[in-house]
Amino acid sequence: MLVSVKAKRGLQISSEYQKRAKELTPRRPVVGNAIRAFLVGGLICELGQFIQQFFIAYFGFNEKNAGNPTVAVLIFISTLLTGLGVYDRIGQWAGAGSAVPVTGFANSMASAAIEHRSEGTVLGIGGQMFKIAGPVIVFGTVAAFVVGLVKQIFEMAAK
Amino acid sequence: MPLIGQQTWQFDSKPVLLGTGTIVGPKEGKGPLGMDFDEINEDPYFGQESWEKAERRFLESAVEIALRKANVNREQVDVLFAGDLLNQIISANFAARTMAVPFLGLFGACSTSMEGLALAAMTVDAGFAAHAVAATASHNSTAERQFRYPTEYGGQKPPSAQCTVTGGAAALVGKNGPGPRLTHATIGKVVDLGIKSPFEMGAAMAPAAADTIVRHFRDTGRTPDDYDLIVTGDLSRVGLPLATELIEEQGIFLGDKFKDCGILIFDPDQAEVFSGGSGCACCGVVTYGHLLRRMQQGELERILVCATGALLSPLSTQQGESIPCVAHAVVMERGSEG
Repeated sequence: MLVSVKAKRGLQISSEYQKRAKELTPRRPVVGNAIRAFLVGGLICELGQFIQQFFIAYFGFNEKNAGNPTVAVLIFISTLLTGLGVYDRIGQWAGAGSAVPVTGFANSMASAAIEHRSEGTVLGIGGQMFKIAGPVIVFGTVAAFVVGLVKQIFEMAAK
Repeated sequence: MPLIGQQTWQFDSKPVLLGTGTIVGPKEGKGPLGMDFDEINEDPYFGQESWEKAERRFLESAVEIALRKANVNREQVDVLFAGDLLNQIISANFAARTMAVPFLGLFGACSTSMEGLALAAMTVDAGFAAHAVAATASHNSTAERQFRYPTEYGGQKPPSAQCTVTGGAAALVGKNGPGPRLTHATIGKVVDLGIKSPFEMGAAMAPAAADTIVRHFRDTGRTPDDYDLIVTGDLSRVGLPLATELIEEQGIFLGDKFKDCGILIFDPDQAEVFSGGSGCACCGVVTYGHLLRRMQQGELERILVCATGALLSPLSTQQGESIPCVAHAVVMERGSEG
């Protein structure tokens, strides 16, 4: 019988097909991806470190407050590369390497802002800018709250 | 009886493809079939301020080219069948506003090209239209936004992903004249074998393609020997071997004659084409540009084109639903006059 009739007959044949489809689907090159992510992610952090040292050496910042201008510079570079249409190419090659650092966060916001510019400044850019970054902020805050709570409980118990 | 078997329409008058129009973006133009398309637009924005408006222009241009080549003017078009991938098929609707001809909008995802062509052939065959146009368009950047992430977002896609073709394809169908003839169409059923990932469209659509192709042979009593080529729309390098296996399970062996437009349109070495092209325009531009050219040159006598569509929406994917798919096939034969 034909495929559609088979499908109706039950999940067994359909799960057989899913298994076969999985076999024929090329896998993500996990090891290669991990190496690339390590290289690019490391390089971005290296760059960040370099910028931080630069601010400490020439602009009188100390190790603690040099973080803010460093992040600002990284965000600027990432946003610029996004606007020039380069960051997504880096992202395809580097994967998590360019997605995890602060540059990836900036890219997710800048790309959404560019994309939705055609729908207007308020509802387009304003409303959609956090489309991808939003969940990161929400669950980052939730995670921070939980971790803070655990820390508090342990401290109170220690007393 | 124009319905033969269960799902196949036979067009006794054999409507003619009077003219076709194909226009593609720069990436498709650099692909191996670049020379076969009527026009290559190097500007993906098409001189417009948004990707959506650009997609619309691709559709309009394809229709303009088809009409120009057939020397038919807009007032002579009795009905337009068109569709695209965007919400509420805005590309087709807005292009139809520009054209101001009787219009029926379609949504068949990437199967729209052959869905429209089958309907155009049927309307002409039944005498409801002297000239019917079937048109579709897709744009890489509008599809990215509609189904995935913003264009410039740096997310990594798996190797099984596909690259949406930027382009427009249109066919003008009429009663008589030189050009390839449309003899049959097999209308597909919606098939879903439970593939859920939108990055595995080829695997999701393969069963629908196999179902329609097998049904076509059963309904017509034909065998693969009756065809010089059997092509699917956008099964890609993942879906084509799966469809081949499913068809072989039914005792039909297609061999080297079985190809896929999504594989033909790009060179695997091109940047970010992954497992092949997809999108409404993929099957349309390859069929009307490349395959019909080969037919005119006498390399192909009769072909079966089976456009495949994944009927998902971002909402259904997020709600964890699997991907229902459909495939429609149309038979094209070389006309006596070439």
